[in-house]
Amino acid sequence: MSDELFEYAPAPESRSVVRIEDSYGLFIDGEFVSAKQTFPTIDPATEEVLAEVSEAGAEEVDLAVDAARTAFERVWGPMPGRERAKYLYRIARIIQERSRELAVLESIDNGKPIRETRDFDLPQVAAHFFHYAGWADKLEHAGYGTTPIGVAGQIIPWNFPLLMLAWKIAPALACGNTVVLKPAETTPLTALAFAEICRQADLPPGVVNIVTGGPETGRLLVEHPGVDKIAFTGSTEVGRRIARAVAGTGKRLGLELGGKGANIVFDDAPLDQAVEGVVNSIFFNQGQVCCAGSRLLVQESVAEELLTRLKERMATLRVGDPLDKNTDVGAINSAVQLATIGELVASGEAEGAERWSLECELPERGFWFAPTIFTGVAQSHRVAREEIFGPVLSVLTFRTPAEAVEKANNTPYGLSAGVWTEKGSRILSMAQKLRAGVVWANTFNQFDPASPFGGYKESGFGREGGRHGLEAYLAR
Amino acid sequence: MTDALSVTSANELRGILHGLPGVDQVGVEARAARLGTRSIKNEAKARAIDLAISMVDLTTLEGSDTPGKVRAMCTKAVRTAPGAPTVAAVCVYPDLVKVAVDELRGSGVGVASVATAFPSGRAPLAVKLEDTRQAVADGASEIDMVIDRGAFLSGDLVKVHDEIVAVKEACGDAHLKVILETGELATYDNVLRASWLAMLAGADFIKTSTGKIQPAATMPVVLLMLQAVRDFRERHGRMVGVKPAGGIRTTKDAVKLLVQVNEVAGPDWLDPHWFRIGASSLLNDLLMQREKFATGVYSGPDYFTLD
Amino acid sequence: MPGKKDTAPERLQVRKTYKLFIGGAFPRSESGRSYVVNDSRGEFLANASHASRKDVRDAVVAARKAFGGWSGRTPYNRGQILYRIAEMLEGRRRQFIAELRDTGLSREDAETEVDAAVDRWVWYAGWADKIAQVAGSVNPVAGPFLNVSTPEPTGVAGVLAPAGTPLLGLVSVLAPAIVTGNTVVVVADSPLVAITFAEVLATSDLPSGVVNILTGPREELAPWMAGHMDVNAIDLAGASEELANACEEAAAGNLKRVLRPSETDWSADPGTARMTALLETKTVWHPIGV
Repeated sequence: MSDELFEYAPAPESRSVVRIEDSYGLFIDGEFVSAKQTFPTIDPATEEVLAEVSEAGAEEVDLAVDAARTAFERVWGPMPGRERAKYLYRIARIIQERSRELAVLESIDNGKPIRETRDFDLPQVAAHFFHYAGWADKLEHAGYGTTPIGVAGQIIPWNFPLLMLAWKIAPALACGNTVVLKPAETTPLTALAFAEICRQADLPPGVVNIVTGGPETGRLLVEHPGVDKIAFTGSTEVGRRIARAVAGTGKRLGLELGGKGANIVFDDAPLDQAVEGVVNSIFFNQGQVCCAGSRLLVQESVAEELLTRLKERMATLRVGDPLDKNTDVGAINSAVQLATIGELVASGEAEGAERWSLECELPERGFWFAPTIFTGVAQSHRVAREEIFGPVLSVLTFRTPAEAVEKANNTPYGLSAGVWTEKGSRILSMAQKLRAGVVWANTFNQFDPASPFGGYKESGFGREGGRHGLEAYLAR
Repeated sequence: MTDALSVTSANELRGILHGLPGVDQVGVEARAARLGTRSIKNEAKARAIDLAISMVDLTTLEGSDTPGKVRAMCTKAVRTAPGAPTVAAVCVYPDLVKVAVDELRGSGVGVASVATAFPSGRAPLAVKLEDTRQAVADGASEIDMVIDRGAFLSGDLVKVHDEIVAVKEACGDAHLKVILETGELATYDNVLRASWLAMLAGADFIKTSTGKIQPAATMPVVLLMLQAVRDFRERHGRMVGVKPAGGIRTTKDAVKLLVQVNEVAGPDWLDPHWFRIGASSLLNDLLMQREKFATGVYSGPDYFTLD
Repeated sequence: MPGKKDTAPERLQVRKTYKLFIGGAFPRSESGRSYVVNDSRGEFLANASHASRKDVRDAVVAARKAFGGWSGRTPYNRGQILYRIAEMLEGRRRQFIAELRDTGLSREDAETEVDAAVDRWVWYAGWADKIAQVAGSVNPVAGPFLNVSTPEPTGVAGVLAPAGTPLLGLVSVLAPAIVTGNTVVVVADSPLVAITFAEVLATSDLPSGVVNILTGPREELAPWMAGHMDVNAIDLAGASEELANACEEAAAGNLKRVLRPSETDWSADPGTARMTALLETKTVWHPIGV
């Protein structure tokens, strides 16, 4: 009886809260305009085409940048901070009001579980707008001056589509800049829904422009002479290309790139919570998180116990329909990403690491990858060095704190790290030595609008969030 | 007969209990909250409700209890609703055990009695043991004892341990549930230690609360106790039951508990032999939700007897 | 008394009873007393509650009871509630304009005051999750220690609302006190506007007791507040020189933090001073080592 009992019956969130159009235009100067080219966006859980989306070419990017420039010079730049604040508060409120609709839309377009979009993404999105709304009228207290930069060109990834939009747009607008934002090619829908929110909020035309498209649209935006600031979140490879393109133009640049975060578990750690933290660090959002704890460094004396418990815990993970409220792990965002994960996992096996994947039934259509761990991983294995951006954990062991630090830092990346120990002084000492922009202790993947986030080394530069996040959008 | 593992000295006991992994408050509360978002629907929920009913220790522990009230409760315990299972046991004060035993003879519903100077536990050991023996002699099949929280908090772990061993001895064949009164233990670390202490001393069940102290059976506390019984079985090969009690009033709470049992301790514990819910008003809510599944419309309290 | 009229109006207006605001409820004064409030032309408006020292006592108990919960909420949550108050305030814009006009303000001045009050409240709401980033610090001590200073609310504050600016003044002393987690007992300047403002608070998810509003003569109530041993700070914005001196002396009994009254342009940018005056700084040391 008990076995039957917890075959949780499907508990799908209703799709009826969201209406997806057949086709979408670009959002330029407060209006939706269609482009010559379009491309489909699909539901990665079913491969069903959701809508045709406009692809912005040179002409449309020009229009968007011009609209942003005009809005910056005539309306948004000169506007008192307290009025900008009220617009941002309005946007925050509308996001709260429409949060279930947006959560469902995000889950459909991205493949991530509704539990995460509902309980994490959307609350964070609204909170981010609230936080920066409150800065708009307090810039003189932040210590970075009060002069906006101008027009910001912003390019965001597909892993947290609406949240990354919030991280980009909220501080830019708070500081008095206007924006042209390009959402990721595979996840444009919530950004377009956001465009409609801007209209509901009566945001002046041109302050926010959304241009959908692929890499070419991104390139046009980055190289556009009318853009004063580029903000990019995505892969280190593309980040490097953007940095080259921007070099010598005088444009300001902020980059939030890849990572290969080390999650370090000491033998005195609260073990059950550490297991929970490891699960959260690598299976949250299917591991498609730049700050994921994709390398588990566990002290030898507890390695076996931790791995046993980890596998037991993983056995309770539910993989499947993103819209099912009980789903823990949803779909991989795209066929391309699934192929990347598959290729790296194959390399792990080929190089001699031991693979263990959760036995679970995966849907036939759509892009899926079962949660996987590699044990017996060496520093030199590709699965220990390259960002996989999927639900794949590489487990390494260490004996001493110094060895843990050495291994953790032995990477070109430097975005995040985790430390699990009951000893406070050790947490701080590890945090001091880890070359990473965020260090979580006895927790992982925590985010807050008030807390700065960003990387060391090839994980990028600049910080987003909190008072520090204002610096990127104010003229020096 | 005792299931107590031989623990010889205060230092050894301290060593075992303080060697347990620490509990991170934020982490355990986050995990409990996340499990609370599991959504159970339709047939699974209907089955969960019946399972929950069969796990209820229907309880009345008031100074104003009368034989009449206990008889009425026993009737309800057996005849919950047409087609519904009986509850697991009734739980009463020692002086009313006889009444319950007479009423429930042959029904398969157990009779649990609180003992050992419930709820405070402030009585000499001899009194506690006599309290226990009397309840067992009157026919109680289960004894719910309280630990000496004062001794536990002041570090006298051996006293707590030995008392449990002695009560277990006095129980004879009756099952012993050990109430930790987690609301008085101050920290999650203490909850974990008290759970292990009780299991090491031979408890058949560990139980959260008397119901007289707030907070009682909170989700993080139950989660920790479920982890403890899981780990104890792994280490010592003996299964111990868990009984949350106090403040569990709604079907939603009960279903959340079952989800925790399933995902934390494992499906082996999804059985009235290994998981009980100490409650009184919960039963009617379970019956009301059960009715909703049968008829498709929401029911009201007027349609369920108050016993 | 209202102006005498020969004929009854077609529909008689239902008037509001103005009471106190203590612990989230609207009780009459314990003393049973009230006093007449007239408009600027001398026409009767209402009988306001005349608070007594026992009402001060009850209000302090309510504020103290609320302090743990309010200061323990996340700054984000406090910010959300304060912003909600601004929304409700804006929703009653017309009512406040009418009540301010009764106190003698021109329509234009009344509108300006209400708008400024809403914007002021929004400005303070945003500080909830920011003041610590501006007023706190990590301190580079010469040793293997993490050393962090964070601002924390002082506790229960007694406030004498400033005179002559019934809404903007009230808002300008209340918001900076509660946004950081303090709870307050305020003696209002203009009773009717203040109690209408209490209705805004009562419908904004603000926990009971965070703000308690008393109406009545400040000369009578202030000394009880200043001497009260369970009040941690007192803001004398609305006190005369003489009253302020007396209160400051009484406040020395338990070393209350005292904000002396000063020449203030309530319409100007307030800066952070009124917030920081009601904050303590807590510094935490922690060793760093493996």
